[in-house]
Amino acid sequence: MSDKFMFTRRRFLQTGLALASASSLVPAFVQRSAAASTDGADSRLSSQPGVPQDRILVVVELNGGNDGLNTVIPFGDPAYYHARPRIGIAEKDVIAWDTTQGIGLNPEMRDFKTMVDNKMAAVIQGVGYPNPNRSHFSSMDIWHTGDPLGGKGLGWIGKTLDHYRASHNGVIDPTACICIGNETPLATQGRQVKPIAFEDANLFRWAGADLHPVLEKEYQHISRVGAQGQLEVDPANQASFLMRTALDAQIASDKVRNAVSRKPVTNFPQSRLGRQLQMVAAMIRAEMPTRIYYVGMGGFDTHANQIYGHGRNLREFSNAMLSFYNELEAIGQKDRVLSLAFSEFGRRVQQNASNGTDHGTAAPVYLFGSAVKSGLLGTHPSLTNLDRGDLIYNVDFRSVYAAILENWMKIDSTKVLGRSFRIPNIIQTA
Amino acid sequence: MSRIASLQPLAASKFGFEQAAHLLNRAGFGGTRPQIEALQRMGLNRAVDYLVDYDRIDESDLPEPQCDPDIMRPPTAEERELQKQARTDEVIQDRLRAAQLFRQELDAKQMVELERWWLGRLIATPRPLQEKLTLLWHGHFASHYRAVGDSYLMLKQNQFFRTHAAGSFADLALGIVRDPAMIKFLNNNSNRKGRPNENLARELMELFTLGEGNYTEEDIKEGARALTGYTYQDNDFHFDKRAADMETKTILGQTGMWDGESFVRILLNRQDCPTFIAYKLYRHFVADIDDGFSDLAKSFITQLARLIWTMRYQLKPALKAMFRSQTFYDPAIMGNQIKSPAQLLVGTVRMLDMPVTDINLLGDAMNMMGQKLFNPPSVAGWYGGRSWINTSTLFVRQNLCTYLLTGKLPFRDGWSPDQIELDPSQFIEGLEHPTPGQIVDHLLGTFCAVKLSPERREPLVKFLADRANPTSRDALIGVMLLITAMPEYQLC
Repeated sequence: MSDKFMFTRRRFLQTGLALASASSLVPAFVQRSAAASTDGADSRLSSQPGVPQDRILVVVELNGGNDGLNTVIPFGDPAYYHARPRIGIAEKDVIAWDTTQGIGLNPEMRDFKTMVDNKMAAVIQGVGYPNPNRSHFSSMDIWHTGDPLGGKGLGWIGKTLDHYRASHNGVIDPTACICIGNETPLATQGRQVKPIAFEDANLFRWAGADLHPVLEKEYQHISRVGAQGQLEVDPANQASFLMRTALDAQIASDKVRNAVSRKPVTNFPQSRLGRQLQMVAAMIRAEMPTRIYYVGMGGFDTHANQIYGHGRNLREFSNAMLSFYNELEAIGQKDRVLSLAFSEFGRRVQQNASNGTDHGTAAPVYLFGSAVKSGLLGTHPSLTNLDRGDLIYNVDFRSVYAAILENWMKIDSTKVLGRSFRIPNIIQTA
Repeated sequence: MSRIASLQPLAASKFGFEQAAHLLNRAGFGGTRPQIEALQRMGLNRAVDYLVDYDRIDESDLPEPQCDPDIMRPPTAEERELQKQARTDEVIQDRLRAAQLFRQELDAKQMVELERWWLGRLIATPRPLQEKLTLLWHGHFASHYRAVGDSYLMLKQNQFFRTHAAGSFADLALGIVRDPAMIKFLNNNSNRKGRPNENLARELMELFTLGEGNYTEEDIKEGARALTGYTYQDNDFHFDKRAADMETKTILGQTGMWDGESFVRILLNRQDCPTFIAYKLYRHFVADIDDGFSDLAKSFITQLARLIWTMRYQLKPALKAMFRSQTFYDPAIMGNQIKSPAQLLVGTVRMLDMPVTDINLLGDAMNMMGQKLFNPPSVAGWYGGRSWINTSTLFVRQNLCTYLLTGKLPFRDGWSPDQIELDPSQFIEGLEHPTPGQIVDHLLGTFCAVKLSPERREPLVKFLADRANPTSRDALIGVMLLITAMPEYQLC
């Protein structure tokens, strides 16, 4: 009899709840919450002997398909200029990096080079996956889920946190993962664990509170019932679940707004990415128990006249990352934070007729932090041995995830990725 | 919870205001006090008939969707010629790419228009059950626009669901394998004799008819063969004889030269099918259930399944039995279902009886709450229940209501009370010199499906009691803001 009723769980739970992204208009309702722990220190990602509990991962999404070839530039290869007669970056302008290999950086990546020189940044070349998908949505889903076969299901970060929760008696801090920006990425959706997302901490509260001070007071009464600890969530009673969530939301709202209201020690650029990373730094400084932050910037889909726009984006990106790590150093948190920047694909080798580039395949990923093996890692893909005009990858992106999971977060990556990968040597802390 | 014989109808005398409100919430999206009272006066049987036999209700006032069927059309002969040339001519390649991009952007805009059209229909239709059922089938037979990439096909599918919403599930199942959007979404156009693609066959069995575990992988393989040839051309179903596998197949123990239609009929003939559909109806209209099926739920679903089976998949008898049953009105069922984003948004608009001034804003709110129309997160649809709620979506939901009540957006500092167009006195009409407690109870009766305990009710009464004039516009709007900000407001 019970068999008949077992069609519920598995398939449905695979979908998770993709908090669909706002349209690019993004008006009013862009506030999400960062729930904070209601249990204090106990529900921090708890430690096991030898397992570091204070490490943080920041994921930076470069949305649109960043043109890797004009970012990490193989200026020593004539094929590069042959393929990009009008948008190839002249050798004299390239920031020289590895002169033996003839590889350098886009002139707008000056701040990134500074980080490399300070052993705080690395590039992994030629990252991709088999049977590349050149559709934004599909390829981004693939990077988000760690599943090249279609990207349906849960996110790799979500699954990581689900796994963590399962191995800690079903307990995990509600703020384990915070996304900043107006999207809640698929990467962070877990089966049980959901991310917290918000764009601007000031939006992070009930709008009715602004209308009348008295309303705020009564709203707090309504929402914080159970603050005395009587809130048991009854699986059969939806009201108890809602009241618990409401309480989490209020506490989160308080903690996040408190944290991000503090001015940074250093100067942060007020660019899109700069503002997001400023908030992340503030929350780290406030010792929020969050372990994964997700931020991002768009504008990388450079189909036409790309030189100026792409350069501007790269400048924003590298400047924001340098500022972020400068702030972390100033507040004494630099060594705790590893950052990964990725894009959903690179772009074609040959430029198009509009002085831009079209969707491609393999591209570099960027790592930041004192724990990374800094420098130019991996091998540059061949510019002549191509897959229908596109670079052939030589590092599977999932092995990069595996390295981060195993070596930085101390989590069994096979549980998240579904199989084991040879771990590339990109993180030096054991 | 009392043990009741599940489909046993509620005694007519027990159908009071609360029950009528509950019925309107679940078989519709809720409504104003006069609307609830009208249902109450009809009595249980007539009220249910009124909601379920909705074809009797005139809906000709509702606007037709504006849709160009040809944005994503197949290439013309001239375009095909250009594509050939593009292989060696970079400039033509560029031009074609630009044209493609342009068409895609145009189609994406049209899809947004259609989203707004459907949301407008959810809000305005005099046949709310028709739209609730359309939403159910949209999530059950889920395709999403991102993968289909053709707004006209999505609309066609939507109209198909609407036409058969309270008709026969058999018609829905037989029709969905011929639906161009679904064929495209599940790649059945690539499913050819000798080169099978199992996607449609698998989801048909797992998600659309039988549920997981009630068939084997071999059945899927054979089912895929039966579906070969089922493809589409431009905007219509097309049977491609050359692609079709005409040999014999064995599916679920039945051998024959099955095609797509006969494959579906085999599935409809399995007892697992009515059970699965009954479960879906239960989850959509009665209770959010997960793994822990109570005995009551199991019993109810079993009986509902039997009814669906006996009535050869006609849905109306099952719907009526469900909406008349004692179980449906059980206190543990009433007020214990988490509102979907559609339910929250549409329900609040209907309860406030307000004209909608910015459908785009409401559409964006739907997205942020996780229910982007025409875009379920995967072929398994929306899971619903608690998955709608987390600390992120809760603020969105609360602030949506703040906006609907006052016109204030969260980030808009420069806001003035003059922006409030709503006249809240309509909600306490008929009350003579009410006390704060009476006002609160009256409002809760219309707006809140959960019976609040005295402690939960207290802040509301206190707020009004502290006001100089508890029936002033400010006071009433204030207390309604508090009501919609309550966690319990997320339930129906």
